[in-house]
Amino acid sequence: MGSPPLFYNWSSKIIPWLGLLTLLVLLIGLYWGLFLAPMDYKQGDVYRIIYIHVPSAILGESIFIFMAICGFINVIWRAKISGMLLKAAAPIGMSFTLLVLVTGSVWGKPTWGTWWVWDARLTSTLILFFIYAALIGLHSTIEDKTKADRAVSILSIVGVAIIPVIKKSVDWWQTLHQPSTFTITSSPSMSPDMYIPLLVCLIGFYLFFAYMLTLNLRNVVIERESSKNWVKHVMDQESK
Amino acid sequence: MNPIRKQRLYALIAILIGSLLATWLVVSALSENMNLFYSPTEIKEANLDQGTLIRAGGMVKAGSIIKSKDSLDVSFTVTDYQNDLLIKYEGILPDLFAENAGVVVRGNLTPEGDFLAIEVLAKHDENYMPPEVAKLLDSKE
Repeated sequence: MGSPPLFYNWSSKIIPWLGLLTLLVLLIGLYWGLFLAPMDYKQGDVYRIIYIHVPSAILGESIFIFMAICGFINVIWRAKISGMLLKAAAPIGMSFTLLVLVTGSVWGKPTWGTWWVWDARLTSTLILFFIYAALIGLHSTIEDKTKADRAVSILSIVGVAIIPVIKKSVDWWQTLHQPSTFTITSSPSMSPDMYIPLLVCLIGFYLFFAYMLTLNLRNVVIERESSKNWVKHVMDQESK
Repeated sequence: MNPIRKQRLYALIAILIGSLLATWLVVSALSENMNLFYSPTEIKEANLDQGTLIRAGGMVKAGSIIKSKDSLDVSFTVTDYQNDLLIKYEGILPDLFAENAGVVVRGNLTPEGDFLAIEVLAKHDENYMPPEVAKLLDSKE
């Protein structure tokens, strides 16, 4: 699957199935979370925004780690596909980070009483959003795509240091944002009939990422290889 | 691994360590300044000027909320279980404002040593449970 034409053919086959699976898991997860899960004793129905907020937060951060790993591979082995993956993943990660900020803000107004507060968790997440913007901006300013990939690779490795800060911000500082509900050391402070649908939503969001990444990567591959014969061949076939 | 790749690997590791180190330096330099609010104990020890706009936070003491009958005036005590701070506020309180719940207020100290708030924010915790479970836990206590 490393070679572009092979990836293109192989992905054409799995895209409909991946899309269908994503839709199914997301629908189950969201319906379960938004309609079937019990409401919270303190927050009432407002808490249900976690079924979008929490998976988006996890995705926004793990896509960045994914990009840093791609960057690592790109710099050391110069694998073309890793650079393309970086380019394809960045806008998805940025969108999820925006979604976290927006849903968090919508949640904050009725629960905390404010849309925004400059606490450590919110500020560090906003910084992550700006780093995504910087990665995308940097990539588009460099004409030579191999060089652009390399620059973005290094920046994503530098930027990955923000992830532990976001994660630990609620422990290191006093924040308005509540501490983590899920920790490795203790059982979750959420009842199972609430966190199982959350887990389903999380899987759905990861599938959605895989789906979007494949679609984006196909576009990047076609764009980069547009002068090659196989692309002309594919385009001829698809226009028929 | 061939020598060139090994060299690149070392360079990347150096970049990663450098960036983590830089972030750690920023984090430790920010340390206290990044806190959103002061606890009642910190306010007591800091000897702040009365006019300074600050945020204070802690738990709302049970039974301390006094609401005025004919206005939006409200007063309550915020505690960190060591020191208390009397908060006076006029305005609408957030939905999650309650006894034994976290709260963050913005305002300044008065000459009497109380706190005059211009904004009250509720801080909710990391616990989520259905109302029935919460009731069950209450009855057990």
